[in-house]
Amino acid sequence: MTYPDGAIIRYSAASRINHWITGGCFVLLVLSGLSMFHPMLFFLSELFGGGQWTRAVHPWIGVVLLVSYGGLVIQFWRDEMWTRDDLEWSEAISRVLVNEEEGVPEVARFNAGQKFVFWAMALLIPVLFFSGLVIWEVYFSSYTTIEQQRIAVLIHSLAAIAAIIVWIIHVYSGIWIRGAMRAMLHGYATPGWAYRHHRKWFRRLVDTGSRGPVPNVDASARKHP
Amino acid sequence: MPDLQSQDYVRRSASTLTPPSIRNHEQEVAKLIDVSRCIGCKACQSACMEWNNLRQDIGYFEGSYDNPMDLSPSVWTLMRFTEWEDEQGNLEWLIRKDGCMHCEDPGCLKACPAPGAIVQYANGIVDFVSDNCIGCGYCVKGCPFNIPRVDPVDHKSYKCTLCSDRVGVGLEPACVKACPTGAIMFGTKSDMTDWAGDRIKDLKSRGFENAGLYDPPGVSGTHVMYVLHHADKPSIYAGLPDKPHISYLVGFWKGLIKPVALAGLAFTALAGFLHWITVGPNEVQPEDETEARRLLNAAKEPR
Repeated sequence: MTYPDGAIIRYSAASRINHWITGGCFVLLVLSGLSMFHPMLFFLSELFGGGQWTRAVHPWIGVVLLVSYGGLVIQFWRDEMWTRDDLEWSEAISRVLVNEEEGVPEVARFNAGQKFVFWAMALLIPVLFFSGLVIWEVYFSSYTTIEQQRIAVLIHSLAAIAAIIVWIIHVYSGIWIRGAMRAMLHGYATPGWAYRHHRKWFRRLVDTGSRGPVPNVDASARKHP
Repeated sequence: MPDLQSQDYVRRSASTLTPPSIRNHEQEVAKLIDVSRCIGCKACQSACMEWNNLRQDIGYFEGSYDNPMDLSPSVWTLMRFTEWEDEQGNLEWLIRKDGCMHCEDPGCLKACPAPGAIVQYANGIVDFVSDNCIGCGYCVKGCPFNIPRVDPVDHKSYKCTLCSDRVGVGLEPACVKACPTGAIMFGTKSDMTDWAGDRIKDLKSRGFENAGLYDPPGVSGTHVMYVLHHADKPSIYAGLPDKPHISYLVGFWKGLIKPVALAGLAFTALAGFLHWITVGPNEVQPEDETEARRLLNAAKEPR
């Protein structure tokens, strides 16, 4: 994979493929899931070949999503750990929201908002998966009582709505922050973008002579013996 | 019967519009099962299989008169046998014909996500329209009586139709026709309620002081009713629910959550759009690039 000269590499090709498999699955799950949630959205089931197909395919997409999101967790959990800076950044969220970022604490690879999305999904996706297993009629209905299935379907609906709200926030952030979409699609950002939005991360890359996405560990070891 | 228009729907699953309901000058019907007159012959089971062309696979003897042991996609009615001892230690053999109760407020229909897969006719019969069924099993969760069964091969949910095809042409259900003792009666709901009153009076005069009609108000009454000699404790009849109602979990899931959730999603999307047209995009400024360049150059210089 080649990137333009002087660009900062934001996400590796593997991360991007992993991310878009997850995203694709999520969109399909939202469409098929909502069609079975509200009668006014039942027409969405036609996208999947009708109600029977929608019912049959939805859980399998969910399995792919779980595995795919597991890949994202493995790749990103280190950079998504909550730090004290995130608290300060969160306190300054009202300034961030109006694009006035002077005096807002410098951000490492991910800001607190991104971390919120990451961990919210890391919680909700397993909840959706396991509650989904309970209501996966074809294979698992005989392992639980009907009352347990009622609880599961309620949890599944509530968690799905929460996940969709988190997802809308995630998508809008990608539209709002110019350059974020390019980073997610093609993997790179300009130095100015990295400086503006993830200055702490950018400084680490510069200090260790790395093009990104992660600091050069050998260089930093030499610099701070 | 999706091919012949019935135009007498009072309820249609997963529908936000009023279903075709102009042919509504129809009396509500009911099947009355007088448990005290049942001899457990299973003629009703045979008649049900015969009329509906259902053949359950032959199973194994499980040490019980119940045969087969449970309802299934091809077993729509089933005699359930219970040996019960009263307070004086007298043995009573309780035999209850189990099957869909045709609730006035059907939990299956409330839970169903597929438009028109479950309908209720003006005569009160709750029917599954298999063409529209998607096999999700939500009806199983909605039902307070544990009746619907989803077939693992064709992924359609099945249950007693109250012989809606027979009733539609003025015949009584097959089980009623076959019953040799008159334990199963069929007619208008008011006639059946009156008839049950006479039976209950008779039972009370013979020492069954708790005899009564099972027409549970928790589901706004049913179109299959029982005369029970111990109506104070329905659950002794092979687990007939004492106070059946649509689970509150189902009510919450199919009631409040649906509009609130869609409003929440719409609100979040709208908030994003309003942010977009008021605050607008966050763009990298030339100063950012300059400053970034300065840091990069500084790092390149030998220290």
